[in-house]
Amino acid sequence: MIAPGLAFLGDFGEAIKFIFQERESVSGGVQIGGIPELAGFTATHMYVSLAALAIAAVLAIPLALWLGHLGRGDFIATATSNVGRAVPSLALLAFFISFVGFGYTNVIAVLVLLAIPPLITNTYVGVRQVDRDTVDAARGQGLTGMEIVRKIELPLALPSIFAGMRTSAVNVVATATIAPLANVQTLGEPIITPQTYGFVGQLGASILVAVITLLVDFLFARLQRAVTPEGVKLARPAKARRRFSFPTKRSPKQA
Amino acid sequence: MIGLPIAQLQIDKPGGADDCVSSNGFCPEWIAENIDRYWTPLLEHVYLTVAPVAIGFAISLALAIMAHRRRWLTGPVIAISGIFFAIPSVAAFFLLQPLTGLGYTTAMVALVSYTLLIIFRNITDGLRNVPAETRDAALGQGLTERQVLYRVEFPMAVPEIMAGLRIATSTTVGLAALAVFAGAGGLGAEILVDKRFKSNVVVAGGLAVLLAAAFDLMILGAQRAMTPWRRSRA
Repeated sequence: MIAPGLAFLGDFGEAIKFIFQERESVSGGVQIGGIPELAGFTATHMYVSLAALAIAAVLAIPLALWLGHLGRGDFIATATSNVGRAVPSLALLAFFISFVGFGYTNVIAVLVLLAIPPLITNTYVGVRQVDRDTVDAARGQGLTGMEIVRKIELPLALPSIFAGMRTSAVNVVATATIAPLANVQTLGEPIITPQTYGFVGQLGASILVAVITLLVDFLFARLQRAVTPEGVKLARPAKARRRFSFPTKRSPKQA
Repeated sequence: MIGLPIAQLQIDKPGGADDCVSSNGFCPEWIAENIDRYWTPLLEHVYLTVAPVAIGFAISLALAIMAHRRRWLTGPVIAISGIFFAIPSVAAFFLLQPLTGLGYTTAMVALVSYTLLIIFRNITDGLRNVPAETRDAALGQGLTERQVLYRVEFPMAVPEIMAGLRIATSTTVGLAALAVFAGAGGLGAEILVDKRFKSNVVVAGGLAVLLAAAFDLMILGAQRAMTPWRRSRA
């Protein structure tokens, strides 16, 4: 029915069918796949991802804002991003599994640790690249340190902070795929239990994970544009080349 | 078709390490006696890092040279490689399997596609950040556009190109740990052999981290050697 060379299309067809229709498991006896089950996996996936991103943002952004404001932390900013890149997500998760244990808390802790480095680096760099003349002018007008952070540095650093959020969000959603190794049933569940779900289930879940990650990436790109102050957008073409050095771009990829 | 190499670890129980292993401790003795089992995965991991970065670098370099003359190419290349970059590696390893099967090819295609964005952007940025006066001086001395590119712009872009290589390499070491899902082995496979056993996780994970650090130092060393004129400044 399908030409041999195009047989792979059949795999994808079956995988998409798996997403929408229940079927009997490979080992028999249990119904797997279909919208209700995959919606449950997706909900768990989004829950652990969002929780981790929120916790990481609360921990990392204020700290990096303050370090950037003081101008102390070049070392911390580069060191966290280097270490963050060098530790494989699978190794970190396995480390937590073997030393701390299974479950939601541990998975979220791993995801928080993965989300923190891009947030610290991007927030710090975002604050540091605010024009010093602008900060001096604000200080000359009588703004206090706190006001400078809140009214000048934070708004001007927002595009960079959201670039960090985008990197972290994509990494976290991607890494949440291996959470079933720690018994948290995210969309990775069909991927790591082929004995039940078979290759079709693995492929179907992979399609969903890829689509969701691309949506998250797109959403955060839109958010980033939305939070960029009008003035910065206007000034961008002249400054972009010089000022936006590597750390503000989506550099690390974790999973 | 499938069949992940997730089997239970056959734990050898040599004399003294016995208690430690059965109570799942961190066991230096067990590690010393079993370190041999990690060499093959480590070599696989080296291969899974070096080959994709080398291939990715060659492709990115070609694209960057094309985009240097035809600026409009830069946007589309970054947009397309950006989409590749956002696809989670675990998903990519399965999405490719109907086409390339289980094994190295699948891992390689995915890992190469992730290096493109990083390396391409660093090469184009590096070339673009060469001061206009420097280019003008070179052209004024009678160099052709091609000579300016190879004798002036590329040497001056070396630090940024190498920075891109460093990021691509350490990123690939991390992603190669997931290549086990493509059936390509590596240290990730060794982690999954027994993810609960502390000694196993520490050795396999630790080797991956050390590998990333070693590559990083090697590229940094190469960069120093290639840009002797910068040493006096530093």
